[in-house]
Amino acid sequence: MKKIIFVIAFIVFFSFLVVSAVNMRPFGNPTFSEMDDYFIKNAQSETGANNVVTSIVFDYRGFDTLGEATVLFTTIVGIVALFRRITK
Amino acid sequence: MIGNFPYFAVILLIGCGIYILMFQKNLIKLAIGINLIENGINLFLITLGYRKGAIAPIYTQAPSGQAMVLPTPQALTLTSIVIGVATSALILSMAMMIYKHYGTIEVNEVRRLRG
Amino acid sequence: MREMSKIIRNVTNLVYGFIIIFGFYIIVHGHLTPGGGFQGGAVVASAFAAMLISYGQLNTKKFLNINIFSLLESCGLTMFIGVAFLGLGTTFFYNFLANSGSWFGNIVIPGINAGDMNTAGVLPLMNIAVGLEVFSGLGIIVLLMADGAEYTKKKEKAENDR
Repeated sequence: MKKIIFVIAFIVFFSFLVVSAVNMRPFGNPTFSEMDDYFIKNAQSETGANNVVTSIVFDYRGFDTLGEATVLFTTIVGIVALFRRITK
Repeated sequence: MIGNFPYFAVILLIGCGIYILMFQKNLIKLAIGINLIENGINLFLITLGYRKGAIAPIYTQAPSGQAMVLPTPQALTLTSIVIGVATSALILSMAMMIYKHYGTIEVNEVRRLRG
Repeated sequence: MREMSKIIRNVTNLVYGFIIIFGFYIIVHGHLTPGGGFQGGAVVASAFAAMLISYGQLNTKKFLNINIFSLLESCGLTMFIGVAFLGLGTTFFYNFLANSGSWFGNIVIPGINAGDMNTAGVLPLMNIAVGLEVFSGLGIIVLLMADGAEYTKKKEKAENDR
């Protein structure tokens, strides 16, 4: 009984995914790209980096990277705490 | 329809991940399912930023006169990949500790053995 | 994890240094070519994983020390936040070195160019900091999980013998 409910829920969810994929905009032409065009045009003169992705990661969106480095650090602290008794 | 093929790859990955999360009881398989969902999301983000016939947004010795793909989804995908590595490392460590304590990694047997 | 055969050990010895140098190349050229701190750090950590697989976990511990890795990781995160704080005269994460003429401050020619190492302000410093953090962090993860697997196997064997 529980399995039947699970199967029905999965089928509903997957059909929702299929419908949304059919209704997506066509692949290869983004609708809004003003911000990215600004980045492509001005990243070189504003940050001096040839690689636009790096200039976004570390300059325009530095706070994202800070949070992400903190997540990595916290994970490693957690793993060290988990294995603390073993590695002694 | 055929132009939307990358989106179908994305929903195939996400569907496989959800299926594994719903119907499997093994902790390693659950970790594989979570990784599949995460890779589907990363592929979806990259797909959203693609422009037809464009090159990567790097100016070093690029071919001239070509459009560039959107750089912001790529930067956010980079963040997402590193967080995925961190979470899967934590999940696998937890699975190892559970195996050490209970001697099994089947989810429904873990509870029955020793509270 | 046991030591593997002599062929694997020799090939790992041969390739180890090159993988590490390639990883640091990716880290340092993060603002010019595809790559950056995370990717290069992952490459360097893969060299440590190869060493761990081919030499076994007890032998690897003689030259890869977890304490040094954790020191390097803390240094990386502190350096990242410190570089971000240095721009605090204007805002947090301000790129105060770009186009200034000093360190990493050459003015870049807009458009397609051959790439100059000495540009991009604080971005190379942040790449190095994040690369330090990522490779030492992944090294810690790999070493600790090998330790845990070894311990679990030993305990299982002891329980079977009893």
